[in-house]
Amino acid sequence: MFPTPIEKTSRSWQLTYQSLLPIALIMWLLPLIAVAAFSVKPAVDFTQGNYWGLPSSFEMFNNYGQVFFNSDMPRYMLNSVLITVPTVIGAVALSCLAGFALGIYRFKSNIWIFFMFVAGNFVPFQILMVPVRDLTLDMGLYNTKTGLVLFHIAFQTGFCTLFMRNFIRALPIELVEAARVEGIAEWKIFWYVVIPLMKPAIAALSVLIFTFIWNDYFWAVVLTQGPESQPVTAGITSFNAQFRAAYHLMSAGSIVAALPPVLMFFLMQKHFIAGLTLGAVK
Amino acid sequence: MTAIDPTIASAKSERGWYKRNEIAVTPWLFLAPAILFFAFYVLWPIYQSIAISFYDWDGLGEARYVGMANYVELMDDGAFEVSLWNNLKWLLLYLLAIPGGLFIALFLNQTVTGIRLYKSLFFFPFVISQVVVGLVFSWFYLPNEGLLNGVLGLVGLGPINVLGDPTMATYGIIAAGLWPQTAYCMILYLTGLNAVDPEQIEAGRLDGAKGWKMLWYIIIPQLKPATFIAFVVTIIGALRSFDLISIMTNGGPFGQTRVLSFYMFEKALSEYGFRMGYGAAIAVVLFLIMLIFIAYFLWSMWAEEKGR
Repeated sequence: MFPTPIEKTSRSWQLTYQSLLPIALIMWLLPLIAVAAFSVKPAVDFTQGNYWGLPSSFEMFNNYGQVFFNSDMPRYMLNSVLITVPTVIGAVALSCLAGFALGIYRFKSNIWIFFMFVAGNFVPFQILMVPVRDLTLDMGLYNTKTGLVLFHIAFQTGFCTLFMRNFIRALPIELVEAARVEGIAEWKIFWYVVIPLMKPAIAALSVLIFTFIWNDYFWAVVLTQGPESQPVTAGITSFNAQFRAAYHLMSAGSIVAALPPVLMFFLMQKHFIAGLTLGAVK
Repeated sequence: MTAIDPTIASAKSERGWYKRNEIAVTPWLFLAPAILFFAFYVLWPIYQSIAISFYDWDGLGEARYVGMANYVELMDDGAFEVSLWNNLKWLLLYLLAIPGGLFIALFLNQTVTGIRLYKSLFFFPFVISQVVVGLVFSWFYLPNEGLLNGVLGLVGLGPINVLGDPTMATYGIIAAGLWPQTAYCMILYLTGLNAVDPEQIEAGRLDGAKGWKMLWYIIIPQLKPATFIAFVVTIIGALRSFDLISIMTNGGPFGQTRVLSFYMFEKALSEYGFRMGYGAAIAVVLFLIMLIFIAYFLWSMWAEEKGR
């Protein structure tokens, strides 16, 4: 193990390390801690310039209550859920199919189709912006959740297919060959042999895509407007316009908006990290 | 792809034909939905964007063909030049996330109690949306209320208005972007360090390598796969930077924090007017820059595929 395990070093370095850890963590998360501290302060602290002292009263329930019951925030959160969940299902489904085709079968254009997905996944969004917005307008889907979902599914399919294909390549191909010898239909091999083995990959991709889509801002701004279909990332800017300079409320709103992917991460940590490293670094 | 002759297909029963060609046809059936979606929403729009960049178009009325005029105009556009330079700054400074992530990963690669929680909390910034990161940092930088000036005040410096200063603003935004990006690189290296071969480390120790030498000659070469992914995601992250700029400065002060992706959006879809053709031309330039990296990534992946 590198660096040298702490148990094998001198006592003084051990103590230094143990005390350095929390200090480093606090410094690393300082901007976030500041926001969390803001979100429990009363408005009067900001007008009186008491930014960094102790809160003059503890207003957590009041501030978060305002966010939940007195703003469009719940609406935006619901929109985010209704955009994120169908996208995750769609993108994972499409990429399971495509990953199976590219991972199991050997045919001439295989690698080129694979590279097409990989390259498309790296493309800057901006080159898609004008045509995709136009397309969405033409289909009558501008400012709808459906329009956003359809595009997200298509774009995320690139990354997901890359992931699924690599995962399937690493599976023992003998299982598929044995099934073929038995005369089992190809789609049954997919459904009964490969899909059960892909469960960890499906879990990893789902959490990852959930986070990506929940956190998307660019497409939310390009394809939607207004509380009826905007997700929370775009909604938070209107929320902030509504509570301009009310830092206690804006902080509380931001924390609420950031929370679902954070929860997702802490609940599904193992899968999340497996997904991020593309399964390439084991 | 396999030629599908309709006469043969209809002469025999449908199932019979499929059964005989099952291995050749199945992959295409499985690929069809993904390819259709991808072609419709990604490939075709890329072509359309390139085409639109030769037109003068406001998004509603008739498009007028202008040839290279949009690109010629770009050459004299001061704002475009600023954006291009800022993109370069982003690219170079964003790469700091890689050594930064490695440093934190080395710091945290221990087995003391509670280290798992520490690792998760250090990774935390990456999970938060860039919009929230942008808000958090713009409050952190506030001239009066911000914590940064609070801390600087303690040591007798400041106050500085990071985002209001045309020369400092871009660096302030990049610093905000480095926060989640470093966390990402850290997690890549932490998983990479897990896979480092302990025997090689022991062999290195016997040969008297330690500290920096050990890191440089034995550890870093073994971390190559992690470094490659870190490089890919950092480059893409740098060129895609949009959210932070839009949230933190909206391109200002005096347009000094624009990058290509933001300037393109501004030209095509904001109060400055709907110049779709001009916006598309900017996007094409960004795409060409990205294409250099995409080609390099694909080439590396191809070399590895062949090696298998």
